Amino acid sequence: MEIPYTVAAREDTGLNNGKIGIWLFLASEVMLFGALFATYILLRVGSTEWPHGYTILNVPLATFNTIVLISSSVTMVMAWASLMRRRFGTFRIYQGVTVLLGGVFLMVKYFEYSAKFHHELFPRTNNFMAIYFTLTGLHMLHVIGGMVVNAYLLGPGSKLYKTNPEWFTNRVENSGLFWHFVDLVWIFLFPTLYLL
Amino acid sequence: MAFPKINMLSYQSYFLGGVTMIASFFIPEGGAAQAGWTSYPPLANISGSGQTWWLIGMIFLITSSLLGSINFIVTTIQLRAPGLTFMRFPFFVWAQFVTSFLLLLAFPPLEAAGVLQLMDRVAGTSFFMPTGLVVSGQVAPNAGGGNPLLWQHLFWFLAHPEVYVLILPAMGIVAEVIANNTRKPLWGYRSMVYSLGFLGFMSFIVWAHHMFMTGMGTVMSTFFQTTTMIISIPSVVILTALILSLWGGSIRFTTPMLFALAFLPMFGIGGLTGLPLGLSVTDIPLHDTYYVIGHFHYVVAPGTLFGLMAGIYYWYPKATGRMMNEFLGKLHFWGSFVFMNLVFMPMFFLGLAGVSRRLFDGGETYQFAQPALHYNVMSSWGAWMLGIAQIPFIINFFWSMKGGRKVGANPWEATTLEWAAPSPPPHGNFDHPPEVYRGPYEYSVPGRTTDFQPQFERA
Repeated sequence: MEIPYTVAAREDTGLNNGKIGIWLFLASEVMLFGALFATYILLRVGSTEWPHGYTILNVPLATFNTIVLISSSVTMVMAWASLMRRRFGTFRIYQGVTVLLGGVFLMVKYFEYSAKFHHELFPRTNNFMAIYFTLTGLHMLHVIGGMVVNAYLLGPGSKLYKTNPEWFTNRVENSGLFWHFVDLVWIFLFPTLYLL
Repeated sequence: MAFPKINMLSYQSYFLGGVTMIASFFIPEGGAAQAGWTSYPPLANISGSGQTWWLIGMIFLITSSLLGSINFIVTTIQLRAPGLTFMRFPFFVWAQFVTSFLLLLAFPPLEAAGVLQLMDRVAGTSFFMPTGLVVSGQVAPNAGGGNPLLWQHLFWFLAHPEVYVLILPAMGIVAEVIANNTRKPLWGYRSMVYSLGFLGFMSFIVWAHHMFMTGMGTVMSTFFQTTTMIISIPSVVILTALILSLWGGSIRFTTPMLFALAFLPMFGIGGLTGLPLGLSVTDIPLHDTYYVIGHFHYVVAPGTLFGLMAGIYYWYPKATGRMMNEFLGKLHFWGSFVFMNLVFMPMFFLGLAGVSRRLFDGGETYQFAQPALHYNVMSSWGAWMLGIAQIPFIINFFWSMKGGRKVGANPWEATTLEWAAPSPPPHGNFDHPPEVYRGPYEYSVPGRTTDFQPQFERA
């Protein structure tokens, strides 16, 4: 027997399997980052001195990174929209730019991290640095994960387009949902760590 | 399953996590994790390197449960047979469905806590290390400023729902077995389902009742004591519905039914002895004593284990095509039933006498524990005998694979969908895609020649 609703939506739920799966996954991710944000609040409220993020961290670089990630979310949507119109060439361009922008984000993050290490600021230095490295590090792992999936869909994974374009479009949509979530986490991280 | 590859990945990740944890026993320096199952810091932060392995193993296990729960939920929603609406689910399916949601949403905070503890141990951070902590006469070199209670909050945010993860599937199994062996529909199916949903929701806001001793304040304690009292209501509704389901039935005392029947009073004892622990005033003298062990194990040992045993005897013919031996099954049941009580009942008296659960010798060298020590001896005897009582089960389980009585697709004359498949089910489970025409428990319908009407039969 074939597994039903891998591509087409089930009539009464209006969704295919993958779509529900990715939303459930994102729900659990919300709980993961929610717990870490709660940790941030608890540590900050319980501390006698807590530095303002902007006195230690590089706000212009992070602002630049915020713009990079938001742009990558836009190109991700464009990639999916091109597939919806069955324009594979345009999809490849937008998908490529999305992966590239993820790379730019990581590069900037690399420079930020090395500057911190250069100034003898390590996770063990104090709890502000500890939560900064933990939250941004975990977020970075998510960026890398999203890039791997997006690169796969750009490269070997795109073979599926020839045999089943609808399925392939669904996959790009789901990886896009994850990518937007990663973007959204950063939009919360940026003010929490850098501005407050 | 909706995602077979994710199913496989879930199992592999579970396997890897288990291997990682067990491997930590064999590492030369420090040995396995030594901070107990709760891994409370600061002890967990400063103990040997096995704790790091434990954390890495945990991350694999959490990933496995995450993948599994996504798969279960999507399968339940999407792969329902034609005609199988939500209110035609067997109660067991509902129980698994709610359980999957608990795993999906409660485990990530523990994963976050695990990451933080890993950072504390590997990167030298101080998430859980307070300022000026003295270890073996020396001030710890950490920056400090952390909060050991933070771990407890994150940990219990998982570990309380986890208790319901343990008990809900067992309740589901017991409901199936009771309906089948009383030859009656479950009493109050809908209220049981709604209670289940409410129970799942409430289980997220009771976690700090494990922390009354931490001095988190009376306001917090009162809040969590109130939610704890509220969550006992849906459990009582489900248990009451199961007991009322017995009323007026012509009960078949098969081995699975014996286990299911024993579940009811035993889980009742477990539940009622939990009330003093849920109230912050009475919890304080009982906290960390054997009373807690007695209460918890009445819930999950005769509760969950008896539920699982009922499930094994009940679905064994489905999985293998052969029945298990009834005589050995009954021997197993009565032995387990008597000795289970012998293990855990004395613990209540030990605990009320104030004996702590964390004494390395069970209290033998402690003056205050002397008057109650004979209960500990009784409990130990019970444990050994309980182990011996499992021998008939092990023999039965393996012997019946070859020597059990051969049966057809539906040996228990049951009504739910799994009995439409051949025993044992071939690849793809069903010969042809089944359809569902009615609710799950159409037993003893008046005017029929048989006393059961399966979901999958047209008329």
